[in-house]
Amino acid sequence: MAARVGVVTFPGSLDDKDAARAVALSGAEPVALWHADADLKGVDAVVLPGGFSYGDYLRCGAIARFAPLMSELVPAARSGALPVLGICNGFQILCESHLLPGALTRNSSLRFVNRDQVLRVENTGTAWTGDYTGGQEVLVVLKSGEGSYVADEETLDDLEASGRVVVRYVGGNPNGSRRGIAGITNEHGNVVGLMPHPEHAVEALTGPSTDGLGFFTSVLGHLSAEAPAHA
Amino acid sequence: MARVVVDVMLKPEILDPQGQAIAGACSRLGFEGVGQVRQGKRFEVEVEGEADDTTLADVRRLAETLLANTVIEDFEVRVA
Repeated sequence: MAARVGVVTFPGSLDDKDAARAVALSGAEPVALWHADADLKGVDAVVLPGGFSYGDYLRCGAIARFAPLMSELVPAARSGALPVLGICNGFQILCESHLLPGALTRNSSLRFVNRDQVLRVENTGTAWTGDYTGGQEVLVVLKSGEGSYVADEETLDDLEASGRVVVRYVGGNPNGSRRGIAGITNEHGNVVGLMPHPEHAVEALTGPSTDGLGFFTSVLGHLSAEAPAHA
Repeated sequence: MARVVVDVMLKPEILDPQGQAIAGACSRLGFEGVGQVRQGKRFEVEVEGEADDTTLADVRRLAETLLANTVIEDFEVRVA
């Protein structure tokens, strides 16, 4: 039986269809989840997609954090049981929910950045990066206006020391993120958030590469290792 | 009805590129005396009844739960 990976749609989500398509291409069954239903439909993992939930009102992700679905998702993610991948706005939601430390602020250039972006994968021990090799460089898409990752020095030191920086920008810092951090994970490695979009780099026709597919195949490997019933 | 004001500002150590852009515009407009500018948000919250200690405590809880992200922002609560 194929793993079931939920993709949450909030009002203003933009990349939920692309994320569902990436899930399907990885060999899993995408399951549409609705922000207003406090029901995870028994999925094995969840993707919080990019976009502009609630129009980015107040702060990016600040209102989506309190959606009924999040009341189910947050405890399951915090316990380490449920793999969750937050992309772009999804990363912002994970930080606002305090599932990940730090916050995303306005790009230092004040300009929306939209370009192909090389990342270095620095942690392959997470639920979402096991199919990469350590130090591997991948080409995906970056498109965000508030992608500058910030946290206090102590938190940054802790992230580095514990290997929780998952991906880092290569070839210059596109948005002023502290220490070039593009994505991080929680202490269990089940929750990963990143600003760039792996779901836009899964097919040669529409993406700059197919490097992004590894995030979606990785979680399947993680799930079958966790629960042999899936194997 | 009472009105309670919540001011939210980025913490001093957080870079404020919008404030920097405004400061740049100030000097272009000839406001030579303007140094650093930092941009924040002001919320005006109408509450039922008096703005007593209980009400202000509620608004403070609202501010730290929703209005401000205390990872990057500080806030102040006062009666208008």
